[in-house]
Amino acid sequence: MSDAATTAVAELPGDALRERAVAQLRSAIGDALIDSLIKPGDDVWVRVRTDAWREAGKVLRDVVGLHYFCYLSAIDWMPSPYGRGEDDPTAEPVVIDPTIKQGYTGGDTRFQMLARLTSTVDHFGVNIKTDVPDDDLTVASWIPNFAGANWHERETHEMFGINFAGHPDLRNMYLPTGFEGHPLRKDFPLLARHGLTWPGIVDVEPLPGEPEDTGDAEPTEEGAAS
Amino acid sequence: MTDTLLGDRQKLAYIASQAADARLNVELETEGMTLNIGPQHPATHGTLRIICRLDGEQVVWAEPSAGYMHRGYEKLTEVRTYPQVTTLVNRIDWLGSFANEVPFILAAEKLMGVEAPPRAQVIRTIFHELSRIANVSLFLGDLGVQMGAITPVFMAFRDREYVLNLIESATGGRFHPNFDRIGGLKDDLPKGWIDETRGVMRKLRNFCDEMEDLLFGNEIFQSRTRGIGVIPKEVALQYGLSGANLRASGVDYDLRRDQVLPMSWDKTEFKVWTHPDGDSFARCWIRLQETRESTLIVDQLLDVIPAGPIMAKVPRIIKVPEGEAWVSTENPLGEMGYYIVSKGELGPFRVKIRSASFNNISVVPWVLRGVYVPDVITILASLYFILGDIDR
Repeated sequence: MSDAATTAVAELPGDALRERAVAQLRSAIGDALIDSLIKPGDDVWVRVRTDAWREAGKVLRDVVGLHYFCYLSAIDWMPSPYGRGEDDPTAEPVVIDPTIKQGYTGGDTRFQMLARLTSTVDHFGVNIKTDVPDDDLTVASWIPNFAGANWHERETHEMFGINFAGHPDLRNMYLPTGFEGHPLRKDFPLLARHGLTWPGIVDVEPLPGEPEDTGDAEPTEEGAAS
Repeated sequence: MTDTLLGDRQKLAYIASQAADARLNVELETEGMTLNIGPQHPATHGTLRIICRLDGEQVVWAEPSAGYMHRGYEKLTEVRTYPQVTTLVNRIDWLGSFANEVPFILAAEKLMGVEAPPRAQVIRTIFHELSRIANVSLFLGDLGVQMGAITPVFMAFRDREYVLNLIESATGGRFHPNFDRIGGLKDDLPKGWIDETRGVMRKLRNFCDEMEDLLFGNEIFQSRTRGIGVIPKEVALQYGLSGANLRASGVDYDLRRDQVLPMSWDKTEFKVWTHPDGDSFARCWIRLQETRESTLIVDQLLDVIPAGPIMAKVPRIIKVPEGEAWVSTENPLGEMGYYIVSKGELGPFRVKIRSASFNNISVVPWVLRGVYVPDVITILASLYFILGDIDR
């Protein structure tokens, strides 16, 4: 039973650590690091080329020291063709813009891998992304880097249909064997929403004595009681 | 039977047990057998199925099979508005519901640039710790049942009830409070709640002492858990184990202390317990210490609840600006976090839910290899998972 340290640990995540992590990654994998974004006091995002996905994870683990595997997943950036499934009769039908627009650090493909690694010593984490080629949907498996990626990749495989080269066992994790479709893709309909009309119409009527709030007002700093 | 025969037999038994203890591969003519534990089995706390391949009494291969309770929350969040999502995420780890809401709300607040008023932050932290106490006290009781001790579970249910009553009296819900709001909390604390909480925390500390005497000092308990299911530090980090499971492997990492959040843990003094052994006993022992530590945190926070509003000024219709945010907190089961992608609409574009049990249970195929059948149950119990937290 070890003596544990008390609360006062001064080493808190700093932007210097994040900058150092990005610099170390850049010097290790060169121009395979496509883009990076550091939000001061918040977090860091990096995007690497698909062929450097496994290598980037290894560098982050061994060079940067992010030994702790947090999670691995994917994002489907295509806007859902079904909207959000709300049937508000008073609203005009939603026009869905099918343009794919990626988030932080950009991207070129519909699917993007997203993972997070953390340092339990320096107390900061890195979000790492990579594009998944549209014609192939295959990225390298992270199991050689982190054994825990096994289940996360199985989940991502069944939910998004992304293949992992080098994964020994891409069986379904949650879904029944033989299930067709990939539920977390945006073009997979949420059938429960299509069978029933959704009663959740947002109540926009102002309370008596309150000015009309359109929802666009910026929140103010001083927290007035509501 | 003659004495000599008995003696020989005893000798043989002795040799066999020695051989088994040394984990030698004795060339016995045993056929491999597949043992299916679950999906409906008391030791699995829900519907988790574990398929073990046995060689005699030894597990040579094990594979948990989850998914009997998958509810697709990541998909459902995409058709909900932000305030509606808290109702869903309440049901992920159903024993510590309030703690599930916190990281989601914090992530949404981070994107909106809103911060809850100080009073709300302290009350949030108190409820977060109460969730931990309610959750882990049940674990401590349940632990005994796995090893044949019935008494602890009654004590755990008795004392957990006090905590649930506290949560109910303030939030209206025993299991699913749905109390956290973007910008603050739904309600203020009821009258007399603070004094009552002080009393309950005293009771819970007594409960921890009782458990320590009754269970952790018990010889059977110790022999069933000490040195069983050892997870070294490197393996724990690779699999992303979190919470007490990680700290029991000697990693000093606690998200309450090790990150900056608009919560009130920095106003308190508490110990982050670690244990170098990494075995079942260490994991259980860490949880016991943490429960006691949580009651002390609540006590300290009760003294520093500031006056003031409990809601920041937020628009009536919550639209979260475009962006991405990750927030995780130290939940009863471990690190629970949400990665929110917002497109500036009423609801999130994508929410990745990182739940603790999913990672904690992914180590099971590794840790069960080579253990004996009765130890399967204690190892699973000591890893402590909630099915809803695996299946989401």
